[in-house]
Amino acid sequence: MSEEMKKECKIFDDPKNVKRFRIGFYIVCGLLLLPDLFIHKHGDYHWEEWPAFHAAYGFVACVVLVLVAKYILRPIVERKEDYYD
Amino acid sequence: MTSMIPPAFIFIIGALAVPLFRGKAQSAYLLTLPVLGFINLFMLPAGASVEVEFLNYTLTLIKTDRLSLLFAYIFHITAFITVIYSMCMKNNLEYMAGLLYSGSALGVIFAGDLLSLFFFWEMMTVGSVFLIWARGTDKSIRAGFRYALFHFVGGLLLLAGIIIHVQTGGPLEFGFMGLNGVASYLIFFGFGVNCAWPFFHTWLSDAYPEATIAGTVYLSAFTTKTAVYVLARSFPGTEMLIWIGAAMAAFPIFYAVIENDMRRVLAYSLINQVGFMVVGVGIGTEMAINGAAAHAFTDVIFKGLLFMSMGAVMYRTGKINATDLGGLYKTMPLTAIFCIIGAASISAFPLFSAFVSKTMVMSAAAREHYSWVWLILLFASAGVFHHAGIKIPFFAFFGHDSGLRPKEAPLNMLIAMGISAFMCIFIGTFPGPLYSILPYPVEYEPYTTAHVVAQLQLLGFSALAFALLMLAGIYPAEKRAVNLDADLIYRKGADSFNWFNENVIACIWAWFAKLFFDRIPNWFIWFGKNPAGVAKIGLDYIEIVFASGKNVPKIRERIEREKKIYPGDIIQRWPIGSTVTWVTVFLLVYLLFYFF
Repeated sequence: MSEEMKKECKIFDDPKNVKRFRIGFYIVCGLLLLPDLFIHKHGDYHWEEWPAFHAAYGFVACVVLVLVAKYILRPIVERKEDYYD
Repeated sequence: MTSMIPPAFIFIIGALAVPLFRGKAQSAYLLTLPVLGFINLFMLPAGASVEVEFLNYTLTLIKTDRLSLLFAYIFHITAFITVIYSMCMKNNLEYMAGLLYSGSALGVIFAGDLLSLFFFWEMMTVGSVFLIWARGTDKSIRAGFRYALFHFVGGLLLLAGIIIHVQTGGPLEFGFMGLNGVASYLIFFGFGVNCAWPFFHTWLSDAYPEATIAGTVYLSAFTTKTAVYVLARSFPGTEMLIWIGAAMAAFPIFYAVIENDMRRVLAYSLINQVGFMVVGVGIGTEMAINGAAAHAFTDVIFKGLLFMSMGAVMYRTGKINATDLGGLYKTMPLTAIFCIIGAASISAFPLFSAFVSKTMVMSAAAREHYSWVWLILLFASAGVFHHAGIKIPFFAFFGHDSGLRPKEAPLNMLIAMGISAFMCIFIGTFPGPLYSILPYPVEYEPYTTAHVVAQLQLLGFSALAFALLMLAGIYPAEKRAVNLDADLIYRKGADSFNWFNENVIACIWAWFAKLFFDRIPNWFIWFGKNPAGVAKIGLDYIEIVFASGKNVPKIRERIEREKKIYPGDIIQRWPIGSTVTWVTVFLLVYLLFYFF
């Protein structure tokens, strides 16, 4: 058992690491927007050529998804675990 | 050298011999079957072969072309991987059901006629339901029955369609059909049940999470993909499929966000991925069919990988709800890495497999100017990353520390996951080999700067949304709950039907039973005891109608008296003399009639 414990990877137990990870992630997101300034994207649709179209779409899509699932779908469909028993 | 062995037979007959082996010999035997099957594939002749006469019909057991071979390759690969994965289970029923199921799926893929297609289609249901029952819990047994009933209904639609199709002069050969007439609609919806179309999808989200650990991995590969295959063969370019597919891609992600059972989250995302394939089949251009087939190929691997990683978690911890899991990366790092690779693949990260297949379907939609469909699919792409790409690894391996410190997955599971993970990355990085076996020549370049940047932005900012919603505490907390879906109709509907039977139908029946088995027979018995007495009472009643007012109470009194002494003698006895007088009068009248 002690050997198992030694093997444990605890990298995210340290809040500092979590913070570093998060900041790194925000920087990556920022960097992803840079190419739009330099390259001309050839998409299938003209709106794909708008700067940061995909970034905005992905962000809005996920926020809408979560809000609809939480505030509209869940109140309608949620039942106790033994509902069908 | 050509082979005349139908690929299905290797697995189906092979399944029967499983109990003859034990231990390592059994493992070796199990591994040999997919390998033999794979070698057999390369020796199959092109076109139709192995034709069998049956009741005046010609059945074609092997019909090969590029489409059927593509599905056959991936089915063999996944059977091989799943056999490795299931080796630690030591459950003969599971092994046999898995092989029977894989074999019948191959039977469908190579069926050249509708009858043998139907035969293997039903056998697939039988094999798969045992993978659910093999779990042995009360829940799994009930889910298995619901699953079987659902598929048998779908099978009956298919059979009815085939019979009408053949009886109205259609060819028995299985090929392009298109929607025209009743028969084709029945077949279309029969296929749709297995394809998990909206409202027909509940067998999947209901039963897959109840199957055995390896059973779910098998299940995720075959039923829906054979359905995509038969649709691609018989209904390509059917516009209805585009909208059905778009609905499939979009609605399950909402359920996946609020679902607690990790394997049920994956079941919903399975429907979402099949939606992309159905859209591809519906568009029906060469590029779209290529995209659908390629996505089926990559999906079998990455979805299998995700189910395997969650199965490994379940195997080690006995838990599968997000509320009970978390922090497992500490002791199961390899499983966590494999899960993340599966998650990256399903999310279509560049260099991972779905990036080279899913985007092909989307480009095909754009080229045919289905703008709304394209926008829905883009939404679904962001959504799938959100619930399958982030939620699955995050809640199982990171998130809050559940305190669980399970051992790393067993070696055989790690090997199976490792092979799948390797294939996900290999196909994503070098799509050439996959493109070379697609049904049509490929003129598609996934790795353009615009594609890569667009996809990375989409995924990066979806992740950003997840992170910010999580930090803000808006992200819905996992909850132990049941979420109602369309299966409410038959799960509660069955209860209502029972209530209706027990209360309404049973009441009506009881009334009829009382009338016909109690009241009427008893009346006849009562009548039979003294018919003349009954007639007298009847006459008395008639007399009341005609009698004058003051006599009525007297007659009523008489009736009461007669009823009281019934069946005793209520007829007034007349003296013999008066009887003789009446007889004499009667004879006299008779005599007079006779003479005149």
